[in-house]
Amino acid sequence: MDILNALVAFLNFVFIPGLAYGSQLALGALALTLVYAVLRFSNFAHGDTMAFGTMWVILITWALQSAGITGGVLPTALIALPFGIAITCAFVLATDRAVYRFYRTQKAAPIILVIVSTGIMFVMNGLTRVIIGPAEQDFADGARMILAPNDFKAWSGLAEGLALKQTTLITVIVAAICVAALFWFLQSTRTGKSMRAYSDNEDLALLSGINPERVVAITWIIATALAVIAGTLYGLDKSYRPFIYFQLLLPMAAAAVVGGLGSPLGAIAGGFIIAFSEVFVTYAWKKIVTYLVSADMAPDRLLQLLSTDYKFAVSFAILILVLLVMPTGIFKGK
Amino acid sequence: MGEPFLIGDAMTGGYGASDILHGCTIAVEKGEIAVIVGPNGAGKSTAMKAVFGMLNLRGGSVRLGGEDISKLSPQARVRKGMGFVPQTSNIFTTMTVEENLEMGAFIRTDEIADTMAQVYDLFPILKQKRHQAAGELSGGQRQQVAVGRALMTQPQVLMLDEPTAGVSPIVMDELFDRIIEVARTGISILMVEQNARQALEIADKGYVLVQGANRFTGTGAELLANPDVRRSFLGG
Amino acid sequence: MFAGVALLFVATGVFQSWNLSLQILIIGVLSSIMALGVNMQWGYAGLFSTGIMGSVALGGLAVVLVSGQPVPEGWAAGGPRLLIALAFGVLVIAAAVYLYNRLAAGTARRTAMILLLGAGFFAYRAILDPAVTAIEAFNPATAGNIGGLGLPSIVAWPVGALFAAAAAWAIGKVALGLRSDYLAIATLGIAEIILAVMKNEDWLARGVKNIIDLPRPWPVPYEVDLQADPAFVAQAANWGFTSVEASTILVKLLYLAVFGAVLLVLIFFSERALNSPWGRMMRAIRDNEVSSAAMGKNIKSRHLQVFIIGSAVVGLAGAMLTSMEGQLTPSNYTPLRFTFLIWVMVIVGGSGNNWGAVLGGLLLGWLWLIVENAGPVAMGYLTMPLPDGVLKAHLIEAAPHLRLITLGAVLLLVLRFSPKGLLPEK
Repeated sequence: MDILNALVAFLNFVFIPGLAYGSQLALGALALTLVYAVLRFSNFAHGDTMAFGTMWVILITWALQSAGITGGVLPTALIALPFGIAITCAFVLATDRAVYRFYRTQKAAPIILVIVSTGIMFVMNGLTRVIIGPAEQDFADGARMILAPNDFKAWSGLAEGLALKQTTLITVIVAAICVAALFWFLQSTRTGKSMRAYSDNEDLALLSGINPERVVAITWIIATALAVIAGTLYGLDKSYRPFIYFQLLLPMAAAAVVGGLGSPLGAIAGGFIIAFSEVFVTYAWKKIVTYLVSADMAPDRLLQLLSTDYKFAVSFAILILVLLVMPTGIFKGK
Repeated sequence: MGEPFLIGDAMTGGYGASDILHGCTIAVEKGEIAVIVGPNGAGKSTAMKAVFGMLNLRGGSVRLGGEDISKLSPQARVRKGMGFVPQTSNIFTTMTVEENLEMGAFIRTDEIADTMAQVYDLFPILKQKRHQAAGELSGGQRQQVAVGRALMTQPQVLMLDEPTAGVSPIVMDELFDRIIEVARTGISILMVEQNARQALEIADKGYVLVQGANRFTGTGAELLANPDVRRSFLGG
Repeated sequence: MFAGVALLFVATGVFQSWNLSLQILIIGVLSSIMALGVNMQWGYAGLFSTGIMGSVALGGLAVVLVSGQPVPEGWAAGGPRLLIALAFGVLVIAAAVYLYNRLAAGTARRTAMILLLGAGFFAYRAILDPAVTAIEAFNPATAGNIGGLGLPSIVAWPVGALFAAAAAWAIGKVALGLRSDYLAIATLGIAEIILAVMKNEDWLARGVKNIIDLPRPWPVPYEVDLQADPAFVAQAANWGFTSVEASTILVKLLYLAVFGAVLLVLIFFSERALNSPWGRMMRAIRDNEVSSAAMGKNIKSRHLQVFIIGSAVVGLAGAMLTSMEGQLTPSNYTPLRFTFLIWVMVIVGGSGNNWGAVLGGLLLGWLWLIVENAGPVAMGYLTMPLPDGVLKAHLIEAAPHLRLITLGAVLLLVLRFSPKGLLPEK
């Protein structure tokens, strides 16, 4: 029995990665759910919006770096982030103006909007590939480790190391700030309340003199900002590849649906549920179990429920389960 | 006698190709209660929506305080001082009672605390439940929220589409009492009602519509006394 | 319309090469078949599924399993045990479904489900894992899989359709009751899972190590054989071609004939089905689910039916594609190419119209490949004035990706200005 080492291994390989990934998913799912709440369709271009926005953050980061501006110990990308958000917002608002608005005034069926969003997805995906290419990009700089495994081992005398990457910490902090700011905005500002009112009852919101175009524009801006932040954090923490971002659509959508589509609180809960489930199911528990049981009972197999390549299956299974058992999600969505 | 404060004059129109309203006239004086009654499908709600600008008129006009507002959108009419309480989906269910009232006052830029206090005076139960989600309230309380929301713009005319639909008789009486109180503050009330008898009892003016046209018009008492009206629409 | 598309192919033949033109045309025909399948789901029944790629991939898998080279050693090492494991897995799921329907909702059912599925999963893995290890241990450099049956390629095509149909049945059972956008998300996920299985389960089809040398379908010969055939070489010379040219063209023409024949047969039956009472009922359900349900139509089972048929058609095309390419490369399956591109074909061609799907398949198949081929050339001209350097090189290199933007723009323009597509539904 070696509970301390097991605990450290658990923190290091399960809890911390799950927390970081969950924060990224939660932000992405929040954006998806906000668009759903106000515009009433599942935005298939969401993953590519993340890729597109993160691309601009990367390009600006490079430009800043070559101009000799860096964030010091912090990643330069954090300085580039607001610019990336601004560019992506401009693009998304332009697509709303040129494309989505037409269908909004027509009151088109949600599925038509979904198909339209796949058109936008194609365009954004293409632009991303033309501008930065489909390859993997690394843009993290600054201090890499807050706590290095060897330092921890030396300090604690344990066999297991505990690593805390700076990007992980930044991810969690930025996500917490974003969520707090968003909830403050939705609960306490006039504009935020008008957004909730519009999402709750469109006709009554119109009667109350709420300007729908303004609500829609603000929703796009917030959703885009969240998507770009989520994309940048994911890219800093892991790596940037446009196709991976497209695939992130699935866990993010699963998170939003699990929490209840249209419910911001649900999106956050859903993000962590999906992230921790993925890590739990795809982690090889051999190491932790070995610490916990006596030597002769030590497992000789990996004790991995599913190989990491099946992480999509996890989000998917949870998605289906929730849809079958409680179709409105944990926090009643629409 | 001058022109009524709000009048939908000889309105003709409908949603699609065919007209529902045929030269229908509805009017209300300042601080009075006007009630539209009639059988199902008579175009009662349509007439009210026409007054509020929710359908295009092919003929006739709507005037508020002598000004022709026929071409204005419903939102613009709200700004002109008209408040409207739809029959269904008339509250923001996921928002608190207080937020519902705040949203009602969305177009106002001045201080709304006084108006909110007035609404709470009128509906004390809402003050008690002001931090509860409106969707969790009872039917009668939801209607109070709906009326309160519409009052937040400080309208000169309040239009109610079947405010007592689906509430118990006791709650209905209470709601009518509140509506009379609202009228006493100088706000004109125009409402559509299924419960014709009770509604006409509190009405200064009553309109009986049949097939989109005026059949009988008079004070509430006159209509209640009219044997034709009693026989055809009030069940004897 | 079709004449216009034919002109595009002729122009490609004249200005680029006939070889390329034929190549694009063959892919176009295959795409048309896939579009036909999707059109059944969306055009007839209004089902928005984004799992097309999964059906295509399953079709490809069928070719490997049916007509791939047998690996008797691999099979002997763990084949039977593998089958037992799979059968056991199916049994557990069937038992779970049975119990779910038998037990009343509540804690008891929930506990039973968790226990059964949990225990079932571990038992399944206990049976499966040794079999997988044994199979993958045999000659991993060239085999390591259970191998195929070594049957002719054409036999694999209906099997591909069957695979896709079986998967569609399972998916449909679970997901078809969902709201349209949930269905879209769910099917997108399933396609990714199917692909993940194909990439990672090496015993099945060697995963990302790919399976090569899959046989060609009858009657298509191999170029090398033709070139070795003196009679053919003489004949080619007679017509003024080198034997290399003539053989590649002949092979492509034969593919075109086979695939074209399949397409025509499918269209014949699709048209019959669409204009039959069944087709009318489908469209009635699509246009008004509520009133059709009120009239006693069983919407869910109709949807399941058309979902299965549509997926089977896509699976068939997937099998044909793999047997033409002669190899299975799971990493080639991308949702953009095999799900969303097919969607664009259907919508641009005309939802609900079979000929529209064919037109869309040919037109966009052409567009997709021609922009890939001609894009860099065009970009080369466009960037002529630019000085040689990083930017110019980058632009030329990135030009093939322009097709994504082009397609997105085409989709958006068609949806906006001609939502019924080029050939509207009658």
